[in-house]
Amino acid sequence: MPPREGTYGLLAEFDSPSDLVRAARQARQDGWRRLDCYTPYPVEEAAEAIGFHRNKVPLLTLVGGLMGLAAMFSLETWISVLAYPLNIGGRPTYSWPAFIIPAYEWTILWAGLSAAFGMFALNGLPSLYHPLFNAPNFRSGATSDKFFLCLEALDPKFDLVESRAYLETLDPVSVVEVPY
Amino acid sequence: MATSERKNDPRIDPATGEYRVVAPGQTFKSVTDKITQIVLRPDTPLGWFALFTAAGGIVMILMVALTWLFLKGTGIWAITQPVAWGFAIINFVWWIGIGHAGTLISAILLLFKQSWRNSISRFAEAMTIFAVVCAGMFPLIHVGRPWLGYWLFPYPNSMTVWPQFRSPLLWDVFAVSTYATISVVFWYVGMVPDFGTFRDHAHSKAGQYFYGLLSLGWRGSVRHWMRYETASLLLSGLATPLVLSVHTVISFDFAVAVLPGWHTTIFPPYFVAGAIYSGFAMVLTLAIPLRKFYHLEGMVTDRHIDNMGKVMLATGFIVAYGYGMEAFMAWYSASHWEAFMFWNRAFGPMGWSYWVLITCNLAIPLTTLWSRKLRTSMAFMFFISIVVNTGMWFERFVIVVTSLYRDFLPSSWGTYRATKWDYAVYVGTLGLFTFLFLLFVRFLPMIPMNEIRILLPGAKITPKATAKAGD
Repeated sequence: MPPREGTYGLLAEFDSPSDLVRAARQARQDGWRRLDCYTPYPVEEAAEAIGFHRNKVPLLTLVGGLMGLAAMFSLETWISVLAYPLNIGGRPTYSWPAFIIPAYEWTILWAGLSAAFGMFALNGLPSLYHPLFNAPNFRSGATSDKFFLCLEALDPKFDLVESRAYLETLDPVSVVEVPY
Repeated sequence: MATSERKNDPRIDPATGEYRVVAPGQTFKSVTDKITQIVLRPDTPLGWFALFTAAGGIVMILMVALTWLFLKGTGIWAITQPVAWGFAIINFVWWIGIGHAGTLISAILLLFKQSWRNSISRFAEAMTIFAVVCAGMFPLIHVGRPWLGYWLFPYPNSMTVWPQFRSPLLWDVFAVSTYATISVVFWYVGMVPDFGTFRDHAHSKAGQYFYGLLSLGWRGSVRHWMRYETASLLLSGLATPLVLSVHTVISFDFAVAVLPGWHTTIFPPYFVAGAIYSGFAMVLTLAIPLRKFYHLEGMVTDRHIDNMGKVMLATGFIVAYGYGMEAFMAWYSASHWEAFMFWNRAFGPMGWSYWVLITCNLAIPLTTLWSRKLRTSMAFMFFISIVVNTGMWFERFVIVVTSLYRDFLPSSWGTYRATKWDYAVYVGTLGLFTFLFLLFVRFLPMIPMNEIRILLPGAKITPKATAKAGD
């Protein structure tokens, strides 16, 4: 990543999830689009307040699961019918009921791996560096007991002075500037 | 218990009349501090070192037993004809079964929105993983040439040999390997936000690097949280059929055989219920000393112990139904072999093991767990958990040994007497389990902080909150 300079955004700190949700709703209503909330546990209302309703994790999981199913079932069929046919007690080489069980396990395996790694990939993780970690109050609170609203500098409405004044109207505990 | 007496009990939530899930007075900060303290404190409690040393010693016994096994072969065990399956399969099934309660707590109870499970889910999952580690070892070491264990998997090789997919033993390979992988992934995904908390609270450079890497840079964005919640829910939805299938497949190892005592359709549900029964017992065995030692009574409350007692009561009765149905089918099938097998199981030379099983799994727990007073008595529940774990071990012993030692042909009858190496491996895995669990308790978040925070009163969203309402 090329080194960037300037401001990532403005970070407002709140004491309770209710205050955060109220502020986030207000900001969204006032036309902010590049904004995000940071909370120590999942706050569904905050996600809805900033207009984040759907995600692609279920789709990835479905595709992964179907791939696992297809992969294992075709592997079993190919092995038992073509590659290494064995006569086991006179049963047919294509014993599909027996093949269901490993195929079922692999459906779950691939779906589960897709859900977990897909979630991380969509979240852009791992990313060990993020400008927010530069904010003086972020790391002491965002993962334990504080709630943050960040207005990002990429938003066309962003202005260092005016946006700070705007955030102050939302009753935060503090507002800090986040440098890159 | 009288109602008036219960009303004044501070452990009871007046709104529901149940024991509280989280003790009153906990805040976001107090929960975070409590859990991070356990791991990030610079000094380690002496009691931990004492236990760790003891567990490490027992792991050494395991190492010696395995080394001797690899040098000499499986002949050092008691397995021979007619009992060709011995401790290895008994311990395998027992350990896997213990693991299942962890998945049940973390996945099935999540789907049923049983939020009381939040505080015990993490160490139940850890228990699952360490139990699977112990379980997974047995199929590998009992094959005789464990360095060729990878032959179990289908892979292109110069011998152009492929596995046989109509065998339950191969289904087992896929069931158990999938179960181990998904359990580890589920466990790790669950811990990532808590690693973020540890990273931000660690004082030492090493701690910051270690937890920083493990947290993958988690920063708690609500967009991330929503995807995370979806993924957790999907993983639970996937782990639920998985956990049921794993023990079903393990029961197929027996049920697909034509041996009286094994060849029965009751096995899959009966194995799954037994797995959950013993698993909850193991959760209690771990939770009761842990909450005492680390003073976690505020988060692992009497409600948890009480509820786990209820789950054990319910699954215990399913297990009892399984035993009853075995006895019934021995008569109703009108099969001479079935009837003899059952008579021999209960009254033959190894009949004592059947009665140990009945005493430990049915007689003691299913008569006493009805009482709420006993279910919330820590000493009693610890005792019951040991009793049920013993009973469930004997259940597998009875199924494996008493079905095998007197089969169709009286001239081939024999007996089974475990050798010291059988015991050494079994006791060794108990040590390994404890060893791994102690490492987990010391270095990883044993209670999911982010899930506890959801349960706190401060997490409630009020529509018109005043700016300084606080928690």
